[in-house]
Order: sequence, then structure tokens, then C-alpha cells
Amino acid sequence: MNLVALALMGATALGVIGVMAALVVGRGARPVVVGALTAAGGVFGTVAGIAAMLGQAWSANLPGLLPLSGVVISVDALGGLFLAVSGAVATTAAVYGIGYSRHGLDGRGVQAIFPVFVLSLLLVPVAGSISTLLVSWELMALTSLLLVLAEHRRRAEVASAGRWYAVMTHLGFVAIVIGLLVLAAPAAGDSYPAVRAAADTLSPTVAGLVLVLCLVGFGSKAGIVPLHAWLPRAHPEAPSHVSALMSAAMVNMGVYGIVRVGFDLMHGGTRWWWLLVLALGAMSAMYGILQAVISTDLKRLLGYSTTENMGLVLVGIGASGLFASSGRPVLAALAATAALLHVIGHAAFKTLLFLAAGSVLHATGTRDLDALGGLRAVMPMTTAAFGLGALAASALPPGTAFISEWVLLQALIHGLPSPGVATSIVLPIAVAAVALTAGLSVATFVKAFGVGFLARPRSDAAAQARESPPTMLAGMALAGMASVGFAIVPTLVLPVLGRVAGDLVGTGSPVAGAVTVELVGIAGSLSPVLLAAALLAATVLVVAVPRVLVARRARRAARLWDCGAGPLSARMEYTATSFAEPLQRVFDNVLQPVQDVDITHVQESRYLVAAVEYRRRVPDRVERRLYEPVLAAAAAWGCVGRRLATGSVHRYLGYGFYTVCALLVLLLVTR
Amino acid sequence: MTALGTLGGALQAVVIVVGSPLLLGLMRQIRARLEGRAGAGVAQPWRDLRKLLRKQPIAPRGTSEMFRIAPVLLVAMTLVVAVVAPFITTASALPPVADLFVVVALLAHGTVVLALAGIDTGTAFGGMGASRETTILALVEPTALVAIFALSVRVGSTNLSAIVGSTLQDPQRVISPASLLAAVALVVVIVAETGRLPVDNPSTHLELTMVHEAMVLEYAGPDLALIELGSAMRLSVYLGLLANLFLPWGIATEPGLLALFVGVSALVVKVALLGAALAFAEVFLAKVRLFRVPELLAGSFLLALLAVTSSYFLA
Repeated sequence: MNLVALALMGATALGVIGVMAALVVGRGARPVVVGALTAAGGVFGTVAGIAAMLGQAWSANLPGLLPLSGVVISVDALGGLFLAVSGAVATTAAVYGIGYSRHGLDGRGVQAIFPVFVLSLLLVPVAGSISTLLVSWELMALTSLLLVLAEHRRRAEVASAGRWYAVMTHLGFVAIVIGLLVLAAPAAGDSYPAVRAAADTLSPTVAGLVLVLCLVGFGSKAGIVPLHAWLPRAHPEAPSHVSALMSAAMVNMGVYGIVRVGFDLMHGGTRWWWLLVLALGAMSAMYGILQAVISTDLKRLLGYSTTENMGLVLVGIGASGLFASSGRPVLAALAATAALLHVIGHAAFKTLLFLAAGSVLHATGTRDLDALGGLRAVMPMTTAAFGLGALAASALPPGTAFISEWVLLQALIHGLPSPGVATSIVLPIAVAAVALTAGLSVATFVKAFGVGFLARPRSDAAAQARESPPTMLAGMALAGMASVGFAIVPTLVLPVLGRVAGDLVGTGSPVAGAVTVELVGIAGSLSPVLLAAALLAATVLVVAVPRVLVARRARRAARLWDCGAGPLSARMEYTATSFAEPLQRVFDNVLQPVQDVDITHVQESRYLVAAVEYRRRVPDRVERRLYEPVLAAAAAWGCVGRRLATGSVHRYLGYGFYTVCALLVLLLVTR
Repeated sequence: MTALGTLGGALQAVVIVVGSPLLLGLMRQIRARLEGRAGAGVAQPWRDLRKLLRKQPIAPRGTSEMFRIAPVLLVAMTLVVAVVAPFITTASALPPVADLFVVVALLAHGTVVLALAGIDTGTAFGGMGASRETTILALVEPTALVAIFALSVRVGSTNLSAIVGSTLQDPQRVISPASLLAAVALVVVIVAETGRLPVDNPSTHLELTMVHEAMVLEYAGPDLALIELGSAMRLSVYLGLLANLFLPWGIATEPGLLALFVGVSALVVKVALLGAALAFAEVFLAKVRLFRVPELLAGSFLLALLAVTSSYFLA
């Protein structure tokens, strides 16, 4: 029994105790007890994951736990990575949840489901067989659905978001079930080693089908376009600490599934698989960030940004598979390392951003950026947290996303002279997609941070906001430290990630170095620590030199320039909508906004205008083109079916009789 | 970190800080002469800076620390680039930071900081300038990254010293299609990023057409001095990068006083010539409408993408 086993058992035990505590403890102490137990469980999960990444493996077979197939647990380095991320995010979210749950989320049901959701997030990456994976996957889907619905009494949109999520997650589940069952069909059992051994007996067509089905199922969980429709609905409507768990930990499971099935169980497959993954990733990254940049709902913006980041991860995964199938394992490992680093970095900054957005929601009651602003004065800690997260998310140095995108671009630069027409067309497009995404993400987060937190308050709610309670600040501090850590010293985690990525494609770690990120086998080095130190030194210099040169005088407060027209009001400020308007105009053809202008005339004369009403909506275009026809067809099908069902019992009995007769005739004819 | 790198880095910082206002003065003087005016002289920007630095700092009511720290960060980020990038010597003071992606992203970060400061004022002009500048930045960043990518593919590295060094060794690369296309794309990037005509008019006094100036409208005194200095440094740094990426001759590759002197002179001459060319071209250009700018940038993005494609199709 090693550390992995002990820690995993500890996490499970704490989760179960957490559920029981939620049911037993009184309302006053419930959030504290459940939060503390879940956070401790998350810490145990992280410890188990880190131990597994450092080389400890553990597997166990528990045949009695699940009828027919039993539960198989097996922890390897890849699973350990995702386990550690889930655990860490769960710890942060649970600590934050102690304070956040106090306003209306301390009911028995919600508090009891939260530890189960965390437990399911820890179980998915350690599942050692197809059936265990499917059961924990479904547990994760159900518990997250229930948590999304937690605030359904307060807001009507929650129910609609829940319906979208329930339907889409289960359609995805169906795809995964079919795919994995086909994959496991020729194997002796459903444990991973058995499936792995039998995967080569599948014909290329069937293997391709399995991959596509898994891509549909896992991709929809990761919010990949065009299966993303649920994500910007469900993530914003969930309580914020659950949003953080969903957006920073649950979406990773989609990536985990694709990596596990594609690289591990099916040994890498052929080139077109990864071209497909790469193309989907590039499309998601661009579409996600484009929707985020025009979004004015703070949490919806973050949800779309999740789609973007998962898209970037898939670009890395796809490039890695592509290089592996072209026989360039070093580059494959490098691209996979970039993807894994982005998973970790994204988990850190997305947790931070969602928790900060939750604090804003908690303090002001609104997520609408057009009604926020001026929070830096009343909520300095939350503002700092969001600013840090925005810097990490916008791919600017020194930030987390910058490091992972740098590593990804290094892999693409060295991989560009690859053979194959498809590769030589897709790789430059992938580079262009990553570049476009980087530019737009800067605009997105300048808007979110600048309009949401700086300037003057645009509503009374924002002006009267108060800083969050200490537990919520502690949760944000944890996520903030992780975010800064990955940005300044990614060298702490990169060698381990490199080893995990190297194992996937059968080579060594592609990165090394303690202070500088050095690429192994190809030229390239980057030192975030030195960069941060240089920036700090330069800042000190720029502050100090003018003070030495000229005598210092005290700052004088002065009026803002108001063109001499009297005091400025908050209504004159730029809002999030107006900030993003130029970009929305630039991408008019892609976004296709819908605008209405209603002019009401004065009764006496048609020439005088009494009121002008202007409305603009930017509907999700993929949704309109892809989902609405399907929904309309389903509704039409239902209308046709209604004619058959008139409510007459005789008629139904008749249907039964004729069906049986028809079946008998069919049997007679075919035999 | 070599002796040449450290010495060169310090020298680069001094040359760029001292020289960039002079470059601005030179460009204004050229424009004035071409327009038939006498002009204020090449040293006028330095006289302006001295005047601004001696004034009392102002804190507009309702602004926060973001507003006050932004000028400092702008200059600091540009200063780091001025130290690490190969302007005078190919040996960088901090080789693992002298990466083309890092340098361009740091310069973009300077713009982002100013945009946040513009929003922070809470005025319509501040928000308007920030919105426009961010829009341009969001469209320029992709072009810059793809053009860099095109330049890096042939060298197999994004390290600036490596790229400059490889051009020195193999001068024919400069006239390859990938290099030429990337050069044109980068010129558009520089024009857009430094707020020159036809993207933005640096000498406009009409608020509604301003981009950069609207964003920094609230600054006065020493803060404004830092912003003016930072903007001038950005222009010099960009022109210096352009010069050394495509015409690196004269740059010091080995230690020695003479080599350093040649490096400084070569940099000054190249940047002055590029600046003069830019000022000359600007006389004949009018500012385009904001919503025509994306067309220009989309064109440069296409050029950059073609550069990537040709970098290995025609290799």
C-alpha cells in the first residue's frame, strides 16, 4: 500500500463523511464542515495525483462494489496529472464555498451533492476500466447537473440552462458509451490493459469510428465547437464555486478522455484523427474567444473563454498526435507538454477568474458588465485577483497562458517542415488560429477587467458593493498563488509534465532546466523568472531615476477633463458593449448581430419622434444554424406523432394488435 | 550572460532612451520642412520632456493606482526590450528573454497597460481611446505573431540573436519571398502599434479622431513625460528591430570598443533612415477611417500567412 492508495482512500473517506455531515449537521455550521471536509479531500486527491505523476502507480480491483463488472481503480502518471488538477481546484472551490454558500446555498441537498461531485471528479481520472469510467462519468454529469440547478428558485434561466446541459451531456454520454463498447468488444475484459491489447485487432474504419464517437462525447464535455452550446449556459448559471469546478476541472475530463482513448488505448492511430482534433481545436479557440470578446455577461464571457482554452489544448493534442504519426516523437512530446501545461495553467486562472466573478456577483447581485465598474475602490482584493487572472488568461508575459502558448508555438515552428500536403496546409492555419486567439483574448480581458473593475460604478449595486468574507478571499488567494507560480516558475512542473507527455508518445521529457525552460533536442529557451526579475528591476529604475533628477512635488488632485460642460456622470462612460463595438463591427460577417430600431412618433405629427428604442442581440450562430433546425424537426415530429395519439384507449389497443400482427407477418415472411 | 552582452545591453538602453526623443524630433522636423514650415528643431522633444518633468504631478479625481502606475510600466516594459533585444550587439544581456515572441508580447503589454489606464479615468474619451487601441492591438497581434513565425521557421528558433546571427551568416535570406513578405507585414504592424499615419494621427487635436491621444488625455506633468518617452522608445525599438531583423549589418558580434562604436553608429543611422522614410511617407498620407483600418490589418495578416506558407514551400 503506497502513498497514492492511502491518499485516495483518504479523499474518498473524507468525501463520504462530507456527504453524511451535510445531512446531519445543522444549517449554521453546515457550509463550514462540508467545505473543510471537501477541501481536505481535495488536498488528499492532489497528493495522490502528484505521487502518481512522480512515478508511483497503484491499481485495485473491487469486484463487489458494482454488479457484473466490478470497480477497477488504476492510477498512472497521466491519470495522476488530471487527478492532481481536480483535487487542487476542488480544494480552492471548497474553501471559497464556505463563505459563498452562506447566501442561500446552505441547504441539505446542495451541500450533500457538492462532495459527491468532487469525488466523481477525482474518480474519473483514476478509473481503470471502461465500466468504472462510464459510471464515474455519469456520476459527474448527474451531480454537476443538480448543482447547476441549485439556484433554480431565484432565476428562471437556470431551468433552461439545466435542460440544455442535461440533454447535451447525456447525448455525449451515449456517444461515449457506444464508442467505448465498440472499442472494448474484442477485448477479454473491460480493464484498460485488456482493451489496450485488443485495440490493434480493430479495423481502421472501426477504430476511426470509435475515435469520432469519443471525440463527440468527450469534446462536448470540453465545450468544443459545435458541441459547446450548453457550456456558456450552464457554467454561468451554476453557483460560482461550482462554475469554477466545472470550468477548471470538469472540462479537463474531456481532454483526458480524448488523450486516454486516442493515445493510450488506441496507440496514437492515424494522421487524419489528429488533423480532425487539431481543426476542431482551432475552430473552438477562435469561435470561443470571438463570442467572449462581445459578451457582456461576466460569467458567460468566462464560459466562452473556457471553450477557447480547451480549443488551444486540443490544438496541442492534435499537433502532438500528428507529429507522433509522422515519426517525430520529440516534437509530439513537446506539443503534448504544451497542451498539458495549458490544462494546468487554465485550471489555475479559470478558478481564480470564476471565484472573483462569484465575489462580484455576491457583492453586487449582477453579472452584467454594463452595470459594473468602480469595484477597485470597494473590493480591492477581488479586483487584484481578477486582474491577476486576466493577465494569466490573456497570453501576455509574464502570464501562464503565454508560457504554454510559447511552448506550443515552438513545437509548431520546428514541426512546420513536415511531410504531407494536409499537414502543410493545416499547420499554418493552426498557427494563424493561435495568433488570432491571442490577440482577441487580450481584448476580451482588457474589457472584462477594465470595464468591470476600473472606472466609475455604473449602477448603485456596484457603488455599494462590499468586499467578500475571508474564506472567499482565501479561496481566491490559493488560486492566485497557483496562477502566479505557474507563470513565474513553470520549471517546477514542466519536467514532470514533460515526462507524462513523453510517456504518451514513447520518448523522454522534451523540456528541462531549473531557471530557464530549455527544450531538449531542439533549440529554444525562455526564462520567465529572469523576465519577471528584469521587469521588476526596470520598474524600480523608472520610478527612481526621475526622483533623483528632479525635486519631488506632492500630487495635486484635479478635476477630470469634462470639456467644460460640468461634472461627468457614469452614463457618459464607455460600457462593455460600446468597448467591444468596434470588434463586433470588424467581425460582423462572422457574428451576424440582429438589430432592431423601434421609433415611436408623437401622436400629433409623424415628423416628431417621441422615443427611439434600439436593441441588439448577437445570437450564437452555430446554435442557430445547427441546433434550431434539429429542435424544429424534433418539434415537428412530435406534432405529427400527436395525431396518432388521440387519447382513445380503443385506438391504442388497436395499435398494439396491429403491431403484433405485423410482426408475426414479418416473421412469417422472413423465415 | 557575457561581458559583451551586459555592456551592450546597458549601452542599448542608454542609446534608446537618449536617442528616441531625438528620433521623434527628427521626424517632426522632416515633416515640418516638407510642409514648408521651419520646425522646432530636433531637440524639441527633449525640451518638452524637461518641462513636463518639472511640473507638479496631477491626480485626476476618481482615478486609481492603475492610472498612476501605467506610465511607469509602459517605460519599464519598453526598457526591458531595449536591453535584451539585439540592437547594438548580437550577444543579449539576458539570452533566455531575448525571444521574438516575448519582445513583441511585452511591447503589446505596454499598450494594454495604457488602455487600462484610459478606461480607469472613467471618461468617454478614455474609454473610446482604449476601445479603439485595443481593437487595433487585437488585430495587429496575430499579424505580428505570424510574421515572427515566418521568420523563425527558417532559422528553427525564435531567439532574436539566433535570427539576426543567421541572417548575418547567410545574407541571401533577406531577399527570400518569406522574408520580404514578413517585412511588409511587420511594417504595417509597426505603423499600427506605434500609432502613425494612416492608422492614427500622432499630432491630432480633434478628440473624436484620436486613438492613442484620447487614451492618454488625462495625463499631465511627469506622468505625461513618461508616456511621451515610452511612446518614443517604442517607436525606436520597433524600428530598430525591423532594421536588425532584415538588415543586421554593422551589429557587433565580438567584444571590442571599435565593434561597439560601429554597432551604435549603425543602429543610429539605420533607425534614423527608417524614421526619415516613415516621416517622408506620412506627409503624403491621410488618416484612414477607423473601420477601414481592419482592412489594412487583414491585408498584412494575409501577407504574414503567405510568408509562413512560402517559408517552406519555396525553401
